[in-house]
Amino acid sequence: MKARVYVMLKNGVLDPQGDAVRHALGALGFDGVNGVRQGKVIELDLDDMGADQAQATVTEMCEKLLANTVIESYKIEIE
Amino acid sequence: MRAAVIVFPGSNCDRDMAVALKNAGADVHMVWHKDTDLPDNLDVVAIPGGFSFGDYLRVGAIAARSPITQSVIAHANRGGYVFGVCNGFQVLTETGLLPGALLRNAGLKYICRHVELTVETTDSAFTNSYAQGQAITIPIAHHDGNYNLDADGVAALEDQDRIAFRYVDNPNGSVADIAGVLSENRRVLGMMPHPERLAEDAHGGTDGRPFFAGLMEQVVGA
Repeated sequence: MKARVYVMLKNGVLDPQGDAVRHALGALGFDGVNGVRQGKVIELDLDDMGADQAQATVTEMCEKLLANTVIESYKIEIE
Repeated sequence: MRAAVIVFPGSNCDRDMAVALKNAGADVHMVWHKDTDLPDNLDVVAIPGGFSFGDYLRVGAIAARSPITQSVIAHANRGGYVFGVCNGFQVLTETGLLPGALLRNAGLKYICRHVELTVETTDSAFTNSYAQGQAITIPIAHHDGNYNLDADGVAALEDQDRIAFRYVDNPNGSVADIAGVLSENRRVLGMMPHPERLAEDAHGGTDGRPFFAGLMEQVVGA
């Protein structure tokens, strides 16, 4: 089974890379882009363990390694 | 003083750190990240600069979960001295031994130059050889030195006199110009600037030398 983890900087944490992307989009003529936040997606290929167990296990992975919860938030999708 | 310098794959300031500690009179042991135990009767652990594990996932994140790092955390929790410079600071924030996190520099550029710092507290083994408010020059070399901590966290550091160094001219966007912080027991320090890179005459300056001399004095005198 698969799990997908989306890790984003928390709201309020300045994202200079996202801001640089926003400027570059403006330079390419894309008007009306009011903000860009850049994050990462982590795909996990897991043994079959049931959705609930997978959710619990991946949450633990996020808390221990995949996200730094001082500055980042995460969202988990289980397929 | 017995000191250990932790070496991760991608550490690149480990030998400079060892030389600075040796010149201060320390008995220095290099410890590979896969080792699980620190040398016996250790006083100080130094986590050097570099790009541990290629900065994969987040700067310092993988190193913070290395086997040896669990022993470093235990050493700190026993009241042992630990300091991290540059990538070492990033590792220490990832372990939770120090608050906050280091993000990409606000200007997005890697910065390698000398910067001026002020010594914000002399109440630590690492800063007791400087004068309160002293301006010192120390090199920086980093891409992810933008210290991030929420307002409550910064206020707590200020209340507890735990800001060790501040930038005079903030190069990287760090909150409250913070260049180095102390733990609550004042025995764990993290800083982005490299005192080991300006610690002997051949380096072109010696403002980093008191950092190591003061540490030696405090540990041996204790």
